[in-house]
Amino acid sequence: MSFAVSAQLEARLDELTTHYPVKRSASLMFLHALQEEFGHISPEAVEWTARKLGLQPINVYELVTFYPMFRQERVGKTHVKVCRTLSCALAGSASIREHFCKKLGLDAHAHTPQTTPDGKFTVEFVECLAACGTAPVVLVNENLHEQVTTAKADAILAGGV
Amino acid sequence: MPEQYKLILKHADEPGYTPDLGCYLRHGGYEALKKAFATSPRALADGKSLSPQEVVRDDVKASGLRGRGGAGFSAGLKWSFVDRRSGKPIYLICNADESEPGTFKDRQIMHKDPHQLIEGMIISCWANDVKLAYIYIRGEMPHGAKLLEQALAEARNAGFLGKNILGTGYNLEIYVHRGAGAYICGEETGLIESLEGKRAYPRIKPPYFPAVLGLYMCPTIVNNVETLCHVKHIVTMGAGEYAKLGTPNNTGTRIVSLSGDVKQPGYYEIEVGKVTLGQLINDANFGGGLKPGRSLKAVIPGGSSSKVLKAGEVFKLNRKGADGQMTKVDVPMLDLPYDFDSLQAAGTMSGSSAIIVLDDSRSMVETLANLAEFYAHESCGQCTPCREGALWLAKGLHRLSHGEGRKADAEYLSHIAQNIQGRTICAFGEAAAWPVLSFIKKFKDEFEAQGAADEAAHAKGAGPSHELKLAASPNQH
Repeated sequence: MSFAVSAQLEARLDELTTHYPVKRSASLMFLHALQEEFGHISPEAVEWTARKLGLQPINVYELVTFYPMFRQERVGKTHVKVCRTLSCALAGSASIREHFCKKLGLDAHAHTPQTTPDGKFTVEFVECLAACGTAPVVLVNENLHEQVTTAKADAILAGGV
Repeated sequence: MPEQYKLILKHADEPGYTPDLGCYLRHGGYEALKKAFATSPRALADGKSLSPQEVVRDDVKASGLRGRGGAGFSAGLKWSFVDRRSGKPIYLICNADESEPGTFKDRQIMHKDPHQLIEGMIISCWANDVKLAYIYIRGEMPHGAKLLEQALAEARNAGFLGKNILGTGYNLEIYVHRGAGAYICGEETGLIESLEGKRAYPRIKPPYFPAVLGLYMCPTIVNNVETLCHVKHIVTMGAGEYAKLGTPNNTGTRIVSLSGDVKQPGYYEIEVGKVTLGQLINDANFGGGLKPGRSLKAVIPGGSSSKVLKAGEVFKLNRKGADGQMTKVDVPMLDLPYDFDSLQAAGTMSGSSAIIVLDDSRSMVETLANLAEFYAHESCGQCTPCREGALWLAKGLHRLSHGEGRKADAEYLSHIAQNIQGRTICAFGEAAAWPVLSFIKKFKDEFEAQGAADEAAHAKGAGPSHELKLAASPNQH
């Protein structure tokens, strides 16, 4: 698939660069916007960003590899991020993740994000989502789900939230 | 029985309270900003006088406000370090990268009352001659970022932001900047690097003190969300009245995030030092006690990086007697007033005011293994002791919690942690080391027993000596 940024998105990103006295500062915001649009950060997206911000591609690539939220691989349409860190773990987040994986036929023992073959779901463990009072929490795409039970997990999968 | 004192969260959870400007204005919003702008110069005893901005800065110092992000440093002093003679622009950054495990207080403010933060920021920016400011919000809070952007647009349209604010001639822009999932961005110099579009490698201090060489090598103020909100209330109440809240040297209110093994986890705003750790955990209007049939084992009192407290510990603290003399008094752990100084005196910290409660069903080995994995994942990789050490800690604890331990592991893990702390550019090294050092020091028997049991089981050719209760987590390394 060719990489083409729409005029509308480009205009939005051009506006973003005006927020900063130094263009490079807009890198993270660019990558967020491109990932939202294309689902992942491709080498073309890295080069495009570098060109727009007057940087070398390595300056952008090193951000993609450093910041956990950026990904170079496609993920499922529904991206399930289960919080792994202590308060959620105490509230059973490991079994919630396992439940998601089993329901979707994914490997619960794998270390990396797991995606269903049909490309609909990705399940992964992430670090603290800052909602520890309502543990365990799960971030599904942009929506935070709190006090997640296996029943709620099933509803999330059924609704494809 | 002590109660909550809602200053910052006064309206946030009221039925019908919405995050839009109209609602904020109906609740007295932006009146503090107008009051700040109307501040009169203050004559000093020596014949000099303070400008209105200097008066507000002075009031923040006099209020005793301490940073709510983790370090608890005087906000007024932090502002006073700003290099105002360099001729360079001064920047202000709101640190909204709330990611210390256990902490979820700034989330409440940003999602429910974003204009309060913005008003606090505008006042703080005006008082410090800042013309350009950023809110660095963690990437995992997309809704918060949108709400803040919306609120900033509303404030701009209403003339509270932009050019010639409220006809004063003062110009200010505030923009939202999103992080992308790296805990280290909560460290202020890491945050600055990140805002410059780089990997969040913390800078070495000296020389890179943000107050002098911060964003784009210009003087920069980095304050936590809750801290900036307090500035609004200091202006509204006056420094003297504000300082009456809380306890001496621990003024104002704080939002405590309570999680783990309590009946009612949640966030509770208290006057600093007016409520004890035990009351926060056990009182009906706070944590409500432990779950039925459980007893307390340990408390992580100030975010995951703080040193753990063991149930039953007693501390010797200085207390001022009726005669004004300081004497050493025995204070049981649960009677520690929840404030900056008492927890420091008890050898730990109130940090980001996040309390994680552990009951007697918990394995300290597994709990620590969980935390160690967090630090291994989040080490930025710049300093070798932390990059390598945090990983070794996570691997060692994974092994110990998965039936492959040795009796000597307790010593081994402490040894690694000791070689991380104090040997890194930023405080992440301590954050990774302190949980390990304190868990193993206070629960050494448990660590050694588990390692010894594993050794014995191995010698017999048997499987793991114990069952995993908590984690069953894939080791990510």
